[in-house]
Amino acid sequence: MPVSLPSSKVIFDALKRCNVRLLSALPETWLVHLIRIADHDPEMILVRLAKEEEGVGISAGAHFAGVKSAMLMQNHGFLASINGIVSLAQMYKIPLLMLISYRGSFGERDPWQTQGGNVTEALLRAAGIPYSFLDETGTVEKRIRQAQTLAESSLQPVALLLTRDLMWEE
Amino acid sequence: MLRLDCLRAVYSELENCLVVTIMGATAAELHSLGHRPNFFYLQHAMGLASSTGFGLALCLPDQKIVVFDGDGSLLMNLGCLSTMARYQPRNLVHVVFDNESLLSVGGFPTATSTGTDLEGIARSAGIPRVLTVRTVEDFRTSVKDALEGAQLTTVVAKVEPIGPGGYVTDLSLVENRFQFRRYIQSLKQQ
Repeated sequence: MPVSLPSSKVIFDALKRCNVRLLSALPETWLVHLIRIADHDPEMILVRLAKEEEGVGISAGAHFAGVKSAMLMQNHGFLASINGIVSLAQMYKIPLLMLISYRGSFGERDPWQTQGGNVTEALLRAAGIPYSFLDETGTVEKRIRQAQTLAESSLQPVALLLTRDLMWEE
Repeated sequence: MLRLDCLRAVYSELENCLVVTIMGATAAELHSLGHRPNFFYLQHAMGLASSTGFGLALCLPDQKIVVFDGDGSLLMNLGCLSTMARYQPRNLVHVVFDNESLLSVGGFPTATSTGTDLEGIARSAGIPRVLTVRTVEDFRTSVKDALEGAQLTTVVAKVEPIGPGGYVTDLSLVENRFQFRRYIQSLKQQ
């Protein structure tokens, strides 16, 4: 499975250097290494979810507790979380760092991923969620730090789309 | 059994807890008993009060957390039971007021009115301690025991579908949120 282990490590190390101490996650192919690394790190609280929207509540609780957190999910998980993002994170001004694997974009071979890929950025824009891309290892840490900084200064959800160029080796 | 009477019966126990409620009648009734800075009312995002309390419980293991959930909200996020059961925070008390109704939007019957058993679902999800109560005295005892114990507990409280006349309080949502976080941060500095 050509999911990039080096890129996954770079992302995880960047999250740790940004003091993220709680990750909520629902597995998807591109995230398998990241979740395994998180699971083996005693300094990271990894919460395996049944559905991604739970992660919005968990991150809100973490924020109230003063713990920095992030959500790891596929873009279809983002679609499944919209109400929580709008009526908890946005309405209550919760800084929410979302790392979203951008499936269904250029290069996608799985037909079932493609519809979600079409609407991901349009939905982010419609919801007024600032977003950027993680597309090469050299800028991962800087982008994550910038996203987290914006989330915390603006008290709102901010998204980083994990691209095929970063996550897939072929 | 009235939810308001249940809340009144445990109100004094909540002083040193962090409390997260669902929207509507539950929030308005707790607020009517006297707001405290350690109460957070999640006025929308149905289903996520439990997850918010769970997040607090994971991050503040020495702090007692109480969630006042409802049958309609829990049915929207049944997965939270399996997630909470997976990690079993010992400091979380999950109260579900089951009035078999989506009361706050006009009293439409939920599936608990046609036989869905939330106690059974919670137990089968793996919540280590689950009980159903039908009297205010049993409610008070069960919440007190859960707070004094060290085991994730879900208390299903069967209550009548009766609520307050209105749901809007004079506490703005965002004010509540900032006050709640500031309260928690002040605890950490003590």
